[in-house]
Amino acid sequence: MPRVTITVDGVRHEEDVEPRLLLVHLLRERLGKTGTPVGCDTSNCGACTVLLDGRSVKSCSVLALQADGGDVVTIEGIGANGSMHPMQRAFHEEHALQCGYCTPGMVMAAIDLVRTDPDPSEEAIREGLEGNLCRCTGYCNIVRAVRRGAQDMGQAVRTP
Amino acid sequence: MTELDAGLVGARLAESGQISEPDGGGEIGRARRRKEDSRLLTGHTRWTDNLRQPGMLQVMFLRSPMAHARITRVDVSGARGLPGVVAAFSGRDFAGEQGSLPCAWPVSEDIVIPDHPPMAVSEVRYVGEAVACVIATDRYRAADALEAVEVDYEPLPAVMDMEEALAPGSPKVHEAGNKAFSVKITSGDVEAALRDAPVVIDRTYVQQRLIPSAMEPRAVLASTDGDSFTLWSSTQIPHVLRVMLAVTTGIPEHRLRVIAPDVGGGFGSKLQVTAEEVLCLLLTRRLGVPVKWTESRSEGNLTVHHGRDQIQHLTLAAEADGRVRGLRVELLSDMGAYLMLVTPGVPMLGASMYNGIYKMDAYEFGCTGVFTTKMPTDAYRGAGRPEATFAIERVMDELAAELGIDPVELRRRNWIRHEEFPYTTVSGLTYDSGNYEAATDRALALFGYDKLRAEQADRRDRGDPVQLGIGVSTYTEMCGLAPSRMLGMANYAAGGWEHGSVRMLPTGKVEVITGTSPHGQGHVTAWSQIVADTLGVPFDDVTVLHGDTAIAHKGMDTYGSRSLVIGGIAVLRACEKVKAKARGLAAHLLVCSPDDLEFAEGAFKVRGTGSGRTIQELAFAAFTAHDLPEGVEARLDSDATFDPDNYSFPHGTHLCAVEVDTETGMSRIRSYVAVDDVGRVINPMIVSGQVHGGIAQGVSQALFEEAVYDADGNLLTTTMADYLLPSAADLPDFTTDRTETPSTGNPLGVKGVGEAGTIAATPAVVNAIVDALRPYGVHDIQMPCTPERIWRALEGARS
Repeated sequence: MPRVTITVDGVRHEEDVEPRLLLVHLLRERLGKTGTPVGCDTSNCGACTVLLDGRSVKSCSVLALQADGGDVVTIEGIGANGSMHPMQRAFHEEHALQCGYCTPGMVMAAIDLVRTDPDPSEEAIREGLEGNLCRCTGYCNIVRAVRRGAQDMGQAVRTP
Repeated sequence: MTELDAGLVGARLAESGQISEPDGGGEIGRARRRKEDSRLLTGHTRWTDNLRQPGMLQVMFLRSPMAHARITRVDVSGARGLPGVVAAFSGRDFAGEQGSLPCAWPVSEDIVIPDHPPMAVSEVRYVGEAVACVIATDRYRAADALEAVEVDYEPLPAVMDMEEALAPGSPKVHEAGNKAFSVKITSGDVEAALRDAPVVIDRTYVQQRLIPSAMEPRAVLASTDGDSFTLWSSTQIPHVLRVMLAVTTGIPEHRLRVIAPDVGGGFGSKLQVTAEEVLCLLLTRRLGVPVKWTESRSEGNLTVHHGRDQIQHLTLAAEADGRVRGLRVELLSDMGAYLMLVTPGVPMLGASMYNGIYKMDAYEFGCTGVFTTKMPTDAYRGAGRPEATFAIERVMDELAAELGIDPVELRRRNWIRHEEFPYTTVSGLTYDSGNYEAATDRALALFGYDKLRAEQADRRDRGDPVQLGIGVSTYTEMCGLAPSRMLGMANYAAGGWEHGSVRMLPTGKVEVITGTSPHGQGHVTAWSQIVADTLGVPFDDVTVLHGDTAIAHKGMDTYGSRSLVIGGIAVLRACEKVKAKARGLAAHLLVCSPDDLEFAEGAFKVRGTGSGRTIQELAFAAFTAHDLPEGVEARLDSDATFDPDNYSFPHGTHLCAVEVDTETGMSRIRSYVAVDDVGRVINPMIVSGQVHGGIAQGVSQALFEEAVYDADGNLLTTTMADYLLPSAADLPDFTTDRTETPSTGNPLGVKGVGEAGTIAATPAVVNAIVDALRPYGVHDIQMPCTPERIWRALEGARS
């Protein structure tokens, strides 16, 4: 079985994997990183979104082998010193989650969106999160949260 | 402003739906951020699929590829020897113990409830029905093993169309035939109302089949220590499930614990007793090790119960001035292949609601439940009421068009006026309170109704290829399911009460146990607000436990917009009992009469003196028990079971503006305004969140979603690529606001909100689209109103 070396939320792992093993199953079932859920099997819902080498990927559509040598950040790894990431806080403040199942993917996709567009308009947010489905919120508060999170992230950058 | 103020008598205009900062004073009414969020935001979740048990095995089911067939052979031996495979079974292996999945709502005397084995034994009746299972060390090994199971089928004819299914000579889904039940309800003389009526509107609408699509796929984990059993399930109903599983499997109720851990949405789809839950219990009993099953999305689209799927025929009689005389409703309701937990009850939940908010003298409702070779239908957000509301709101628009009356004005002429509440409707329900005038006036103002009508007229005059349509939906619904007495009259197998317990801990903190089972609704936060106000304790000092039958020993769970109006009241009553106990203890310790004590800010104080005891001090005094009154136990806790006298009747006015490109059929929602009246509001942030999500699902039925089967009974929409759920890019921002007309049915004055948006939104959108196209001679578009359907309707009207 091939061996992969992968860093997940700052911790380096070496794992023997079947070639067909999905990254999300490596995370959830081998490494115990169950913060990243699975919502579909066709990469439509985005619930399993993580950052791989800084960019958002749907971890149900990436083989563990493809992530060999990679640096994965999940929803469990974005906070610092026990406090939430600005995007997580913004989701809380704006009531951008109900059942919370889509939330990890939504937050990770939002962080990636802000990376490429630090001050996204409502339209840019709606288009940018097209690959992440939520069944509870109707998206209104998610859009508000991402705007707020983007502003707070910008603030954090400007005031180190 | 005059117009706006006129309707406001009796209704307080609530603050805007935007999240506002707490305004001081009590907890009730504040936009408290949710206690639930932290775990969900940081990934420290307890979804059922996250849970592991030592020695746990993975279950996978082989599912029928045939809509209807006799099973002639199942051979699982090929799977048994494969690496990692522990066991494999066919339905026959469990035929003696698996029982039949329950239907708790035999709605009529003539109902046929067919045997429903969790794993098919001799015949399959829909694509996706389980026929065999494999148990392996992990999901990859299990998936391999499924490939090695052999099944031979002898095809039988699929039965896909309800009208054909009822025709003589149709192939049968079940031996007893294709009719599941028929009911008829009459009030007044509809024949007389129709006879010589100046206007009769006769319409048929199709409620397409929907897939509820909670974001968390179902998952089940079952374990046993040889004596007792624990079942974790992604369910809305741990308590109902425990009773039903005990009855179905024969496992004694007291040896079965059911846990709903974090549950990722439900919308009715997890209000069910499923084959997989039964079979996981039986598998752990047989194998003696924990087993887990996790559904894939495509498996879920096939086998999570579907919603809606009705053909609605309405005949409405009216006077020339638009006043409605009477209404006849004839439904065909697709049950699918079997009757599941409340399958036949779904159309019946709409039976008394087709009259909506309107006054009329005659009403007739008839419904026939039909078996087809499809996945069974059951509750989906609104369950029966969205269908009813859609039909009456569509027909009212047709009546308005027929008479050339503005659709809002037509509704005014027919609706129950605020001074007429409580009002007993033609169908026999008593609406406790409401103010349709106030909600509508507020909605019209926010929407800019007159200006949009002017723009519409202008576009029509100009022959603009992009036409503007305006849709109105003035809805009410019955929710807060339900008064046990009424459920009994409807022949439902259980009651509709709810339970709550409140206990003061020695350090003065409060532990609340609720029988409701939230899966996104924010009960922990809202119940904390109720408790904080009632006991005078800090919001942060309250914790709420739920969803585990070993902790919350009594409950009826979460569905039908019932949790606050029943469960919240049970918690309130339990708090009041605790307070009464605390008063007695305080009087004893302060050596005064209980009547001399006043309660404020969490403390009992002797009137006119400085002495008193905080409720936290009293909790500690009850714990130490050093000085208790004679006969008083060492506890400061209580519980309460609340059973309402009536349903809850929220209402509101939703207005939708849609631009329709008459050349391409593309439609775009330009603005959407919802003014809902859900009575008194505990947490406005949670309420507007519920409304947003509800509207999204209602809009989605109107524009996007449809479960499609082909003529052979294959589901064509098995993935999220085929079954269109809207993304953020497909939906507009919604403007939400509220009026507050307190319910008279409970001491908090609250009404249900969970389903309101979904019930209201679908007709608002379709009315808007049809309104845009009416000048072209288009009177209806079948949902979902896709660009192709709009374009074809226009082409049809043009030719």
